[in-house]
Amino acid sequence: MTLRPQPRFPEPDSQPFWEATKEKKLIYQTCDSCHKIIFYPRAHCPSCGSLENSWNESKGDGILYTYSVVMQSRHPAFKDLGAYAIAYVDLDEGFRIMTNIINVDDPVNDLEIGMKVKLSWQDQGEGEIALPMFEPA
Amino acid sequence: MSQKREAAIVGIHEYPLRVAPGVSALQIKAASASKALEDAGLSWQDVDAVYDNGQNQNIGGLGISEYLGLKPRIIDVTSVGGTSYEFQAHHAATMIAAGKANVAILTYGSTAHSNRTAIGTAGATGVGAPTPFNNMEDPYGMTGIANYALVKARHMYDYGTTMEQFAEISVTTRYHAMRNPEAVKAMTDLEFVGVNEITTKDVLDSRMIAWPLHLLECCMVSDGGGAVVIASKEVVKNCKKKPVWIIGGAEATKYRENGGDITVSAGGQSGPASFEDAGVTPNEIDVLSAYDSFSITVMLMIEDLGFCKKGEGGDYVSSGILKFDQTGGPALNTDGGGLSSNHPGERGIFCLLEATRQMRGESTSQVANPKLAVAVGNGGSLGSRHATSPTILAAD
Repeated sequence: MTLRPQPRFPEPDSQPFWEATKEKKLIYQTCDSCHKIIFYPRAHCPSCGSLENSWNESKGDGILYTYSVVMQSRHPAFKDLGAYAIAYVDLDEGFRIMTNIINVDDPVNDLEIGMKVKLSWQDQGEGEIALPMFEPA
Repeated sequence: MSQKREAAIVGIHEYPLRVAPGVSALQIKAASASKALEDAGLSWQDVDAVYDNGQNQNIGGLGISEYLGLKPRIIDVTSVGGTSYEFQAHHAATMIAAGKANVAILTYGSTAHSNRTAIGTAGATGVGAPTPFNNMEDPYGMTGIANYALVKARHMYDYGTTMEQFAEISVTTRYHAMRNPEAVKAMTDLEFVGVNEITTKDVLDSRMIAWPLHLLECCMVSDGGGAVVIASKEVVKNCKKKPVWIIGGAEATKYRENGGDITVSAGGQSGPASFEDAGVTPNEIDVLSAYDSFSITVMLMIEDLGFCKKGEGGDYVSSGILKFDQTGGPALNTDGGGLSSNHPGERGIFCLLEATRQMRGESTSQVANPKLAVAVGNGGSLGSRHATSPTILAAD
């Protein structure tokens, strides 16, 4: 099976996020100046422009904000996958992540916006990054 | 408040073919420029401002100017996806009003169909320099259609909007498309199953591409292009046809945001701003050319521009008032829209073209004596990052 498109490096904004996934840690930044969350990762704060920020670890619990079930994808890694759910999940810490919802038989009917979901790591190979995905909690 | 009469659309052309093998995007742009200037009664040498998306050329803006053979004193390469042309019309009208240019040309050409570009279903390409947004999104198999489907799903959840209500948008645009010979030819050449008027049941019976979006809620992938000529009020006097005045415009962007409301587009900001700029209100608008990449895009444009309240778009569209021969609301996408007439990738220019045809009395689904039209584009992807710009037009 064709491997999913992987994050590519060097890409200094998102690299720390992906490095942390090798240890199954889901991390996000907060601005040291205005204290707002920075996500997706960036070296600067998109709310105030500050260049000082800190990394924090998420517990991985959240709410399904919205989802779609892809029935037709021409990408080699996805075209034979069957229907799969792509989603935005709002983590309890306050950041929204694009992800897949997995471990459901029938994503159209088994998922519901507003439901609780929890982190489920998907390994991409020995020593490689892992993809943070979610499943119903 | 008196409406502005500083700059007007004086020439237009829509490239007639949606399947155009053997023709390049640049050739479509040049052919459209030639025909639009002829439509205006202006010459090639009259053009002193070039607006372009910068694609398919050596250096954006410079390449197209050289290729066309123009020596502009203003070049503007604003490229924000499908609404680039409303942004550009706003810039051109502003520059002309400021006396920096007299005749501006906007061109667009694409061979997306002949290139077999899977705009809505391809997913990440993994080419080009890595960016943080690509790195955070590419692994999950997002498709263009699923991106918009995320917004539709949340709209249904928040407001109870039904599948049938969304389908009404497709029914209305097809109703108009069947009266437009170029749209009928487009659907025929692109081998649509059933080149005929459709019902909401037809839409709901069409296959699901990315739940909750059905096939008949998704725009076509065609070849095509067009051109728009915008001129100063002095030049207008020498043009062949009645001017269609640009009386208002505004621009805005929207991104995926932590805690943000995905059901409000950038039009929630640029919609009211454009009406304020024009000094008119939504209930005065006769014609609405709203970028119909998908049914959900139109739903958000209708709500965010203020034709109805947020969340009430479902009821608003289901009353059938958006057909050109009905009253109570603006006529929607009277050319057939991207759903049923023309979508080579960046449809915004066609929103301007059909709104202009309506103001001139040249549409194939002509509204009786219209005074005001809105062309509103939406570029990028509705569920992640996009730009929205309305251009408000007035008949002479």
